[in-house]
Amino acid sequence: MARNEWPLFEVFIRPKNGLSHKHVGSLHAADPRMALENARDVYTRRGEGVSIWVVPAAAISASEPGDKESFFEPADDKVYRHPTFYDIPDDVKNI
Amino acid sequence: MYTQGLDQKPEGDVIPLAQDKGEQERRFQERVDAEEKIEPRDWMPEGYRRTLVRQISQHAHSEIVGMLPEGNWITRAPSLRRKVALLAKVQDEGGHGLYLYSAAETLGVSRDELVRQLLTGKAKYSSIFNYPTLTWADIGAIGWLVDGAAIMNQVPLCRCSYGPYARAMVRICREESFHQRQGYEIMLTLAKGTAEQKRMAQDALNRWWWPSLMMFGPNDEHSAHSAQNMAWKIKRFSNDELRQRFVDATVPQADYLGLTVPDPELRFNAETGHYEFGAIDWSEFEQVLKGNGPCNRERLEARREAWDEGAWVREAALAHAKKREARAMKKAG
Repeated sequence: MARNEWPLFEVFIRPKNGLSHKHVGSLHAADPRMALENARDVYTRRGEGVSIWVVPAAAISASEPGDKESFFEPADDKVYRHPTFYDIPDDVKNI
Repeated sequence: MYTQGLDQKPEGDVIPLAQDKGEQERRFQERVDAEEKIEPRDWMPEGYRRTLVRQISQHAHSEIVGMLPEGNWITRAPSLRRKVALLAKVQDEGGHGLYLYSAAETLGVSRDELVRQLLTGKAKYSSIFNYPTLTWADIGAIGWLVDGAAIMNQVPLCRCSYGPYARAMVRICREESFHQRQGYEIMLTLAKGTAEQKRMAQDALNRWWWPSLMMFGPNDEHSAHSAQNMAWKIKRFSNDELRQRFVDATVPQADYLGLTVPDPELRFNAETGHYEFGAIDWSEFEQVLKGNGPCNRERLEARREAWDEGAWVREAALAHAKKREARAMKKAG
């Protein structure tokens, strides 16, 4: 990052009451308050949201794409975590 | 709004269709072929990254420079209705530039570097913005033709293989359709107005028609990057295909306005169902692209001035933020 560049913030928006915040993009701002105001102008010009979170991009820890297999694959062979793994006769209802 | 600069040959940077693919590149291509999206931290060929940085940043620059010819008319809009619409449109273009800069930054290039490339003239932006907006009718013609061409180009980009670019394009396309409609409405009002207003509308169409066709870039046989970009699914349709679609969609709209498209060779081919049109004067395109268009210098000067005069604001905001942070630390400490 250039010396005088404003830090990068990731922007999350709750599209409407009852839904969770969703990542929509990023922007530069000198501080969190400015990031919120800029996010309002850049990402919600047409009523796209009812709530905004801004998070300094540097504060996000992310899983490595290269670790995808070791990280997520252990879940793939645990079919017993899914309801269809269990044999229930068709005659049994409401289960 | 949109850039055609994408297909320009940057000297010494012609990317050949990759022949000898390594294992990583083969896997990358398989993912692309399977219509999987590529995300910022995934492995990608250097050429793919470079092409995207160039394309997305040129696109962003075009949005930002595109604010200038239209901003020129905000204070002179003929009614409050037209003024709020134009103001909102120009603000959208600014927003589109920002979405796109963010998408480019995910590829590891800094915002300051992107701005530097624009201000030093290293990066290109769409040559359409180097034409002047002489009358109010030009604002109508830009919305109708320039944004119309932009939409034709941008809709397929929503399916681009690079996730952040595709997502930015979805937002942009959603907002862009109002731009074209407000432009056509201006043209319609003028075309149905006094004889002088109709003349203004015709004059604007005469001046913007050919530059709009040039927005789709060189003919396919002269397009430097097409084959590789198609394989990478950065591009979905060729320049000539998109240009044809634009002509087919737009000529009937001109007919409805009662205006004449400035092309004596234009005619409808009932067999193919397409309009045939005359050859484009690429020498003019080359000149404008090289910086010899009517407004190249003015546009870059306006951007440089805005950047330089905003420097103290950027520095002061950062200094203020640091001071507040230090104060908060001290209080907590």
